[in-house]
Amino acid sequence: MATVKLRDIRKSYGKTEVIKGVDIDIDDGEFVVFVGPSGCGKSTLLRMIAGLEDISDGTLEIDGQRVNDLEPSKRGIAMVFQSYAIFPHMTVRENVAFGLTINKMKKAEKDAKVDDAARILQMEHLMDRRPSELSGGQRQRVAIGRAIVRDPKVFLFDEPLSNLDAALRMDMRMEIGKLHQDLGASMIYVTHDQVEAMTLADKIVVLKDGLVMQAGAPMELYHEPANLFVAGFLGAPSMNFLQVIVEDTGEDWVQVSSKALVSVKVPSKGRTFTKGHNATLGVRPQYLIAASDGQGMLNGKVILTERLGSETVVNLAAGDGSKLIAAIAEDAVLVPGTEMAWTFDPALAHAFPEEV
Amino acid sequence: MASKLTTSNRAGWGFALPGFGLIMLFIVIPFFFAFYLSLTNQRLISPNPTEFVGLSNYDRLLSISVLSIEPETDDAGQVVRDDAGEAQYPRVRTFTRNNPDYPQYAGMREWFRWHWGETAKVVVATDVVFWKSLRNTLMFVLVVAPVQGGLALGLALLINQRLRGINFYRAIYFMPVVVSIVVVSLLFRFIYDGNDGLLNNILGFLSFGFFEGRDWLGSENTALGAIMGMSIWQAVGFHMVIWLSGLQTISPTLYEASSIEGASKWQTFRYVTWPGLRNTAVLVLIVITMQAFALFAQIDVMTRGGPLDSTTTIVFQAVERGYGKQDISGGSAISVILFVLVLTISLIQRFLTRER
Repeated sequence: MATVKLRDIRKSYGKTEVIKGVDIDIDDGEFVVFVGPSGCGKSTLLRMIAGLEDISDGTLEIDGQRVNDLEPSKRGIAMVFQSYAIFPHMTVRENVAFGLTINKMKKAEKDAKVDDAARILQMEHLMDRRPSELSGGQRQRVAIGRAIVRDPKVFLFDEPLSNLDAALRMDMRMEIGKLHQDLGASMIYVTHDQVEAMTLADKIVVLKDGLVMQAGAPMELYHEPANLFVAGFLGAPSMNFLQVIVEDTGEDWVQVSSKALVSVKVPSKGRTFTKGHNATLGVRPQYLIAASDGQGMLNGKVILTERLGSETVVNLAAGDGSKLIAAIAEDAVLVPGTEMAWTFDPALAHAFPEEV
Repeated sequence: MASKLTTSNRAGWGFALPGFGLIMLFIVIPFFFAFYLSLTNQRLISPNPTEFVGLSNYDRLLSISVLSIEPETDDAGQVVRDDAGEAQYPRVRTFTRNNPDYPQYAGMREWFRWHWGETAKVVVATDVVFWKSLRNTLMFVLVVAPVQGGLALGLALLINQRLRGINFYRAIYFMPVVVSIVVVSLLFRFIYDGNDGLLNNILGFLSFGFFEGRDWLGSENTALGAIMGMSIWQAVGFHMVIWLSGLQTISPTLYEASSIEGASKWQTFRYVTWPGLRNTAVLVLIVITMQAFALFAQIDVMTRGGPLDSTTTIVFQAVERGYGKQDISGGSAISVILFVLVLTISLIQRFLTRER
């Protein structure tokens, strides 16, 4: 268990900079998720923490010690890979014990540790099998077991669930969450799946193009996205964006409107807006509701409805042609082609100034 | 894409016919033909009708015995000794020629002998040259298979790196493979030349003139070794490429996992690389063994089996008998023996390297 500190971490391949100065603090026992679209540098960042990639510039500290130039094995980390990276010619027991074997640990001590890990992961019955006889979830469990026996200060997970099918992914996600509770170790987890990020993380770090977009608790990011990217990235279905024009600004509010939208006053959350400039208004699909007569803030024509069981997702075309999504109650029936009035609580909407 | 061409049975056989026909014509039929001929007294050109002689060709090739010869004694029962004190033995030909007491040794000749106390144990065979060729071939296989395979693996490990200009080295190592073995053999005849050969010159230069040149191919002690060295050098690039392809099928994440576990270079090779090369190793070993058993061109060009039959090989003998001495049945018998030998060794190798 330990803290991890990244200070102005940079990575370049030749002249291309892929990580452009990242600062992150990870507390003892914290579960941090790096999330972002593919190519955002999240895996590279994790591999730099692991020591599998060189750090071009900046400082990486684990447990208060600068580890930039330490070998991966000396950093006190353990890593779980997307492709499991378990050795096909060894049994599960040999795989889990691999690190202990090559470090010449005594057999009794080794067996105790391996059995302990097997018990935690409930795979005692698999110990003598070979990887080819295991399912994807079981293989990933072996990889996690190999990480556990190392007693690492920090666990690193590189998209560990991406190769699993949907049902298994959910099970394993819960197991990893439980593992974190049981072990209380610091964990860094990379994923492109925002559901994994939301459910597992104590702290989410949203990355884009090698930069941290926002870092914070999941619900904080969900309710208070710092920018358009984070607002659009977290939440499913993703946030609706309307192109609007700033009509008026106040101390903590901004008033916007557009051809499709009546004038609304939304919180400005410290962002500066200029009268007459373009802006983007974000409304989560869950907050977009059908309006009773005369109360509508915008009109939307129903294009398509998708029933997901727990909710119904409605695709709408607004007056100015922009596409909107509303997530409404499960049993609502809407006929495609119907023109409807929609409304939302302005306090729950987000306004973002036009990015210059 | 089930077109008529790909579903028609007749078209399938039509496509298979050329390859199938050629294999039948040049491999399968000659094999059975050789087997048949080896049971006859057929000669290449002979006015006499072919006679079926059963296994007598094999009998002549394979019959071998150990003859114990006691030292000569004088009338008093004392061992006769020469001036240097060495015991004197009767000549072998007194046992093998017209000696009705030892019909089993009739027509045999001495291959080699060793001493058991005062008793001389003489290995005698009807066809000493065949036995020498068998010994030479086995020696060649036993030396070339491990050395060439190991060297090729070493080269493959060296060139399996991301270094600038690595393709230059790959090309260099592979170059001898594309040169005809006949050309290589001719060149090496100059290199190994006793008077002014390149090898003698280089060794003389490196030892500041202390090394006195020798005729590498002209001495019983060095001829086979010289041919082994050349053969290993010539084909090592081919097996290097096979190893290289095997190396590149090993997932890089396995190496990353082992580096995180703190494996040393040797441990990484022992636990990751070598197990991952298992199938490649089987292939390389079998291919080298078979090629080594088929040793012919080098011998034919460089030494023609000499000096004193020290470089003669099974295939060389088969060709020499069949065409040189027009003894087609004898050559066929040698071919069949070689076939059984290679088949046995391949089966043993497959058994030893089987999937467990």
